Amino acid sequence: MTAATTIAGSSGPDTAGAATDSPGVQVIAAVDRHRRRRTLAVLTVLTGLVLTVAWASLSWGGQAGAVLDYAATLAGGGEGSGDFRIGTLRLPRLLLGGLVGIAFGIAGALFQSVLGNSLASPDILGVSGGGSLAAAFAIIVLGLSGPVVGLAAFLGAATVAAAIYLLAWRSGVAGYRFVLIGVGIAFAINAGIGYLLTRSDVTDVRSALVWMVGSIGTPRWPQVFTLAVIVAALIPLAVIACQGLRALQLGDELAGGLGVRVEPARLLTLGVAVALAAGATAFAGPVAFVAFVSAPIARRLLPGGGLAIGASALVGALVVLGAELVSQHLIPSLELPVGIITGAVGAPYLLWLLATSDAREGSV
Amino acid sequence: MTQTLRPAIAPVTAHRLRARLMWLLVCVIALAAVVAASLALGARDIPLARVFEAFTGTATGETDHLVVLEQRLPRTLVGILVGAALGLAGTLMQGITRNPLADPGLLGVNAGASLFVVLAIATLGVTSPAGYIWFAFAGAAAATVVVYGVAAVGRGGATPVKLALAGMALTAGVTSVLTLVLLTDTTAMSTYRFWAVGSLAGRGAAGTADTLGAVAPFLAVGAVLAFACSRWLNVLSMGDELAHGLGVHVPRARALSMLAAVLLAGSATALAGPIAFVGLVVPHLIRPLTGPDYRWILAYALVLGPTLLLAADVVGRLIAQPGELEAGLVVALLGAPVMIAIVRKAKVAGL
Repeated sequence: MTAATTIAGSSGPDTAGAATDSPGVQVIAAVDRHRRRRTLAVLTVLTGLVLTVAWASLSWGGQAGAVLDYAATLAGGGEGSGDFRIGTLRLPRLLLGGLVGIAFGIAGALFQSVLGNSLASPDILGVSGGGSLAAAFAIIVLGLSGPVVGLAAFLGAATVAAAIYLLAWRSGVAGYRFVLIGVGIAFAINAGIGYLLTRSDVTDVRSALVWMVGSIGTPRWPQVFTLAVIVAALIPLAVIACQGLRALQLGDELAGGLGVRVEPARLLTLGVAVALAAGATAFAGPVAFVAFVSAPIARRLLPGGGLAIGASALVGALVVLGAELVSQHLIPSLELPVGIITGAVGAPYLLWLLATSDAREGSV
Repeated sequence: MTQTLRPAIAPVTAHRLRARLMWLLVCVIALAAVVAASLALGARDIPLARVFEAFTGTATGETDHLVVLEQRLPRTLVGILVGAALGLAGTLMQGITRNPLADPGLLGVNAGASLFVVLAIATLGVTSPAGYIWFAFAGAAAATVVVYGVAAVGRGGATPVKLALAGMALTAGVTSVLTLVLLTDTTAMSTYRFWAVGSLAGRGAAGTADTLGAVAPFLAVGAVLAFACSRWLNVLSMGDELAHGLGVHVPRARALSMLAAVLLAGSATALAGPIAFVGLVVPHLIRPLTGPDYRWILAYALVLGPTLLLAADVVGRLIAQPGELEAGLVVALLGAPVMIAIVRKAKVAGL
């Protein structure tokens, strides 16, 4: 009400010099400030939650003393009582989980934005499926296990992504064509996986199934460092990609008119997204639905529904770490693969957000 | 209602009408050919004359007749009904959500059905396909109620985006539970994986007659409702505000269309397992031929869906002899390249 009247008041003949402090500009600035504050608050709360969950999973089962002792060891003191349990077992696992979540969260946000479809995520397009099929082939047909399976998955995911891009290319890659071809390939890949699963031994099927839902397992430090380097190298690229992405969301013609080179911008975004998804898949499998749920949750938390890359990364990390905590302690005798829980953690929350949020069609 | 909607639909020239009818005729002929192939081809090839004799009851070649009547006829009937149901359901889902990625599994139908079937296997020890039917159906219905409820309860009602997101979110959550059950119960896993790929075979004439009898009413109601909703879908495709302005009660139109889609997709899943791809691809194959009019797309889907599924089933019988590949696998493996070729070539009609 007040906003309306002030805007009406500002519609008089303003001189250029007075425009900076005209009431209309003040209203816009106020809205902007409010939006920034809200964004900051959401990011702070998410970071706080991630840290809380991280602390909980490090210190679970009365290990708080060991954690503090390990921290002291890192700082140069301490007695070394936490070295094995925290330094070798829990911390690498925690960090890898967080990195995987960040990678999938960003990848999902980029995919959904650049393709303009809220269902477009590496899970739904064939990218994760390519990783799964390659891994299932390596486990079931070639009888492999260990890091080689991860490498196969990376290659599978990257190959499928490149194939989708090339097949969708026809003097440019329209988002619509990319998505449809991706889904077509995803179905063919799922059929391939179904074939492998129905024609092989039940124990092999079991280990393939565990791999395909995604699990963090017990990673060693070199693996954590490798993924950390990959993610750290890709995040600046993702930020650069976002600049072009904002223009791309206006539509190709308008973006071109604004001076954005449409195809290179789209290729960069897709490339970064695929590299993040495939990299994370190589270390943890295609952790189910993290990429799909993170961005929609992040966008519904933030005002205005922008790209929400940072918030998506935090939500991704939170979903994976929360699921990891649940999966390790839900059934005491049985350690579940984390991908079983990610869907169960992220999906109900997304459903709840959908049920309570206002209809915001534009934020897709 | 008819009066108010008429101006919204572009006038169709006589030429366009002829082209549409001609293509529909081509599709019907293709379906007839595929049905004949489905009755005649397989591990034991039977000449068409023999197939015909089996129906007229001339008593020669007992085994051939048994194969046709006991094995191939039920299988072909299941294929026709499931294919038609999936084609219609896919078209409806894409129209309701205005999303080209929508398929009959989108609104949680397959996830719900799969979960209930797995629970039936794991906790009640049900192992026969005939026993799955009601569980699959109940699961599909329950999942859709949840999805629609979640999407409809917030401000703005069940918008296409919220429906699509809610469907996928439910699928994500259900898949988690499903995998948990499968990993802890090896027997359930070894039974479930065969149901999950989707197959037309494996029931015999008596079993099929029972199942078809049970599911047929749902299919019939779903199909009639689908065509009744086609005008609404045309108007809804212009956006909710415009549809409202043209006098359509948007929530009711969408809810009824969804009911039709669930009846059809739930029946199809109950009959043959969660067959993917048919429902997704059929509308995309049709749009270049008919344009965006849902009345025509549905009519084509009714014919093209069965053609695609039966063709896949026949190919599955022929390429892996003496065994066979399930129709659900073949349709995706062979259908995907076709779909990609069409998406690349055609001036793909957006929704």
